Amino acid sequence: MQIQSLYQEIILDHYRSPHHKGLREPYDAEVHHVNPTCGDEVTLRVALKDADDGPVVTDVSYDSLGCSISQASASIMADLVIGKPVSEAMAISQEFLELMQSKGESEPDEKVLEDAVAFAGVSKYPARIKCALLGWMAWKDATSRALDEEAGQAS
Amino acid sequence: MTFDVARIRKDFPILDRQVRGGQPLIYLDSANTSQKPRQVIDAISTFYERHNANIHRATHELSEEATAAYEGARVKAAGFIGARDESEVVFTKNISEAINLVAYSLSNASAGFPAPDRFKLGPGDEIVVTEMEHHSDLVPWQLLCQRTGATLRWFEVTPDGRLDLSTIGELINERTKLVALVHQSNVLGTVNPVRQIADRAHAHGALVLADAAQSVPHMPVNVQDLGADFVGFTGHKLCGPTGIGVLWGRRELLDEMPPFLGGGEMIETVWIDHSTFAQPPHKFEAGTMPIAEAAGLSAAIDYLSEIGLDAVHAHEQALLADALTQLKQIDGLRILGPDQPEDRGTAISFEVDGVHPHDVSQVLDELGIAVRAGHHCAWPLHRKLGVQASTRASFYLYNTHEEVAALTDGIRQAQKFFGVV
Repeated sequence: MQIQSLYQEIILDHYRSPHHKGLREPYDAEVHHVNPTCGDEVTLRVALKDADDGPVVTDVSYDSLGCSISQASASIMADLVIGKPVSEAMAISQEFLELMQSKGESEPDEKVLEDAVAFAGVSKYPARIKCALLGWMAWKDATSRALDEEAGQAS
Repeated sequence: MTFDVARIRKDFPILDRQVRGGQPLIYLDSANTSQKPRQVIDAISTFYERHNANIHRATHELSEEATAAYEGARVKAAGFIGARDESEVVFTKNISEAINLVAYSLSNASAGFPAPDRFKLGPGDEIVVTEMEHHSDLVPWQLLCQRTGATLRWFEVTPDGRLDLSTIGELINERTKLVALVHQSNVLGTVNPVRQIADRAHAHGALVLADAAQSVPHMPVNVQDLGADFVGFTGHKLCGPTGIGVLWGRRELLDEMPPFLGGGEMIETVWIDHSTFAQPPHKFEAGTMPIAEAAGLSAAIDYLSEIGLDAVHAHEQALLADALTQLKQIDGLRILGPDQPEDRGTAISFEVDGVHPHDVSQVLDELGIAVRAGHHCAWPLHRKLGVQASTRASFYLYNTHEEVAALTDGIRQAQKFFGVV
């Protein structure tokens, strides 16, 4: 079945046993995002810490309802960004977004995206791209808010 | 004429195509939009090839023909739903616009446009809807309440997917200005007792609007019997094209209601600082209307009328009974709404334990089976039923018992694929 390209084994594994699911303390920002076409939702928290080279993602946790693609994507996203500098995590997020917009034409960079390369097949299914992006967009939004808040406090 | 589904299927060119690398198309998404028979496609092509012109505003022969096609569609639509005459039929772009037309007309009345008091809303007035409304028969009323200060109230839905009418005495009262409800639910399939509710509303001087988008395509609907003051439906669910919908309204109401959109063709006279307006239905049809689409709608009505809505309904009820029986045999599947065919249409929404609707529909799609997944533009209803989203299969005149079997088999494959059985 062609559908195997969409539902890679690694995606099904993360769907069955998601990582970092369940909201945790402490956190710097919390967001709630929904996919208005299907009602899937995610509440996501981000914790950041300042380091010499700029802020670092110390934690990401979330609570979510949704399909296998959205659940697995949030799980893999959290694995990928936790412990990374925000600038690097944002670059990964951008790379993932570009992969999703590639209509199946792009060769994903496994060094950057690691397990998230499994979502390459999703880009051929336009209706599912939003599912794969739900967690990433929530993370990006929460991180921006956390940074804004920090900037606000500093000034 | 006996109902011959094999012959009917030959009228729909798209049913011949293959999808997802060679699977024959099994189209179970007609509640979303129906497929179009050759007769409708040809009517639209013929209009553009032979008769295309703008209507009502030129003296040349093509314009006469285009006008005849457009106004002929109005006569056809009026006859189809039992309107007293065609001036009660207003064309819109879809049913959402039909409902918004009524909402904005009342809004204009409330904002000071000269109109009888029954069209004016303000604080203390109430609009009653139901928990099973499609967003298109809910959001326009929320917005109208916001603009006027009126209060929105609603009938609740029982766990088995029927309207809870026990509150009708309290819900519809002297403060009620309008009751808007769906005739047949796009999610549950439930057919609501519009007449009973309309009679109660009328006893209190309220207006009644019925959303008949899901009923008019599937069963004989007569607006006089239905008892509402306004009835909306849309062409594309009725074997017709997208881009055209119908608002039927009682002529005496349309006469007194303020206009909705302003523009060409809806006027009687225009000065630089004010205008007077055309008679209904033209008062509500601003600008160039969907003319070719009207020709297509007319052909769709002819097509369905020739087969007979009674025959269509009987065929669908047989498919429905078959589908309900087979779906109920699947472990871990729960049907939302009535699980018996009585007072119920062919939209069947369901949950599958452990498999998200997106994933169910993706596996079905792989097998060539088109269904819809999500909240089907009825988010409050899903919330009420404690369901985040559902999968919906819906049947029409061209569907077969073999396709029902393919659906149930496909759902079992999805369960297997996601390891829940």
